[in-house]
Amino acid sequence: MFGGLAVASKYSKDLLLTMYRKMYLMRRFEERAGQQYGLGKIAGFCHLYIGQEAVAAGVEEAIRPDDYMLSGYRDHAQPLARGSDAGMVMAELFGRTGGYSKGKGGSMHIFDIEHHFYGGYGIVGAQIGLAAGMAFASRYRNEDRITVCYFGDAAANQGIFHETLNMAAKWKLPVLYICENNRYGMGTAIARVAAVPEIHKRGEAFGIRHEAVDGMDVLKMYEAVKDAAAYIRAGNGPVLMEANTYRFRGHSMADPATYRTKQEVEDERKNDPIPRLKEYALKHKLAKEEEFGAIEEEVKLQVDAAVKFADESPEPDLSELWKDTIVEEGEEDVRPRERVLGQKVTKWPKYPSGQELKVTWDLEPREQAEKADKAAGLKR
Amino acid sequence: MAELMYREALNQALAEEMERDANVFLIGEEVGRYQGAFKVSQGLLDKFGSARIIDAPISELGFTGLGVGAAMVGLRPVVEMMTWNFAILAMDQIVNNAAKLRHMSGGQLRCPIVFRGPGGAGGRLSSQHSQALEANYAHFPGLKVIAPATPADAKGLLKSAIRDENPVIMIEGERLYALKGEVPEGEHIVPIGKADVKREGKDVSIITWSRMYYFVEEAAKQLEAEGISVEILDLRTLRPLDEEAILATVRKTNRAVVVEEGWPLAGIGAQVVDIIQSKAFDDLDAPVVRVTGLDVNMSYATNLENAIQPDAPRIIAAVKKVLYREGA
Repeated sequence: MFGGLAVASKYSKDLLLTMYRKMYLMRRFEERAGQQYGLGKIAGFCHLYIGQEAVAAGVEEAIRPDDYMLSGYRDHAQPLARGSDAGMVMAELFGRTGGYSKGKGGSMHIFDIEHHFYGGYGIVGAQIGLAAGMAFASRYRNEDRITVCYFGDAAANQGIFHETLNMAAKWKLPVLYICENNRYGMGTAIARVAAVPEIHKRGEAFGIRHEAVDGMDVLKMYEAVKDAAAYIRAGNGPVLMEANTYRFRGHSMADPATYRTKQEVEDERKNDPIPRLKEYALKHKLAKEEEFGAIEEEVKLQVDAAVKFADESPEPDLSELWKDTIVEEGEEDVRPRERVLGQKVTKWPKYPSGQELKVTWDLEPREQAEKADKAAGLKR
Repeated sequence: MAELMYREALNQALAEEMERDANVFLIGEEVGRYQGAFKVSQGLLDKFGSARIIDAPISELGFTGLGVGAAMVGLRPVVEMMTWNFAILAMDQIVNNAAKLRHMSGGQLRCPIVFRGPGGAGGRLSSQHSQALEANYAHFPGLKVIAPATPADAKGLLKSAIRDENPVIMIEGERLYALKGEVPEGEHIVPIGKADVKREGKDVSIITWSRMYYFVEEAAKQLEAEGISVEILDLRTLRPLDEEAILATVRKTNRAVVVEEGWPLAGIGAQVVDIIQSKAFDDLDAPVVRVTGLDVNMSYATNLENAIQPDAPRIIAAVKKVLYREGA
């Protein structure tokens, strides 16, 4: 399934088991979230990541923990892959004070700044613009971090996709755009609304590197992102990557998915990225069956505890209504793990002051601008 | 005190804040090599370089989103809207992201950013280029909205906005850029949220902001000749409103007229009137009267354009109405 027949693997046992644990955590977490939705503990919109786990797991192991990341509203799983506390993510879905945003954001707005996860956004594609700004800031400060921005296939039809890719390309911003193409924007197949449904090809219009990856194969994702991240970090500008994936469940919990056949979903389930990775590891004798069993057991307990934590967490106090709208003078930022679990958070973003910072970037060198002016004058 | 044009005062504020804080940058259409569509950023590209004075493509939604993203990780962007009419394309990033980030993140993030540019009637530009849109932005929790009338207030408020930890909408007067006024030398800060009594009086209070201030001043001068003493309160900040100052002037004169350039329905003046009627009802000697732009789209023809906007005669008529001197 994973390429050649050779038994030797270039991947370490540790890497494979880490990826497996993360994928299994995402799967288990989302299954329980769906179940809790059915019980009425979670409400509103709840978009599950089930089927797409190879993307987030492959990406996370291929980038640095301090790289920035943003996503759309299908956003429970990516922060879990980054190391966010499962109980606090679940508590956010429950609308409880123990959630990352005190229960104010809910399913579509998970933020964990400590783990450099800058949010889930509910307006399709809006995070694409924000990601360019974060990458701009890194370039402005001469940092070598990159920004990873997830969005869905349907978001590529938004104006902000085109507007932002143009700027990101022109200014060579260090940003990796990952289109998780799960083939449907809500209930509309991408080919029904896209003149060119292979989203990555749109990178051609901006002269940037673009590629399609099998998003159901965590190792292919890992390889592709590792390479793309190195390319971006070296200052070559943005990359548009299309991860071809599939969601096994409906668009949201409210979607019975009548626009696709049962057979289609059955067929896609044969590509389930989680057993695929397990098979690979067993075939290459990198891990034993019982090691996977042990991971699964641990994760189940972890997710059980997350549900229990969320359920026991109180609703936010009504005084919270009047907080977190305007930053008052001298007000500090809230560090969720410290607020909720009483654990000292030391890795909080710190930026150079306006006096320390030296901006050395020449975004548009004068000669370059003059050349463009001259060329325009010479046209015809 | 130096006499400066409104645009020069803004230019000074930008230059001083950029000098003071390297995290501040300006992005917008034509702000660099062109020196600004209204020359607010004149000379800044040479001074600060192309990474801090950025010529953006005509992609209002895109570069506004870029600004918001940069603010989320510690930079302090100033996003110039060539006019607020074009910023309607960028509303999603302002309203759904900038105004809500602090909230959605449960206090983890802040978004210190200024969106600024000209608003109001431009002069013979018809309906798409002549709109007073401040009420749209003042509607949203999570934003602050400022609209200075004078060069001194323009400078002081822009400096405050750049230093603020929240997204600030700054609506400048398109017809005010060339207007001259005295601006204090050195560090000049005007706090956000503080209205200013621009003229002391005892018979009637006129509450207004931005370019309408000048029509009100003209009306006040004419009324003075008739023996009517007008107090002018320039709100300067439209969110949060300076309730204390509004109530103080009404309690002093017991009569109020609210003048705004924008349309009447859901205008800021409606909120001002509500504050007065709910908190100073017993202080009123007459119902409050509003003077607004007519409830129609702006026309190109001079006579129609003039008829749509509030002017001194309409303001004078409103004052006489609250003084029960109609036809006097």
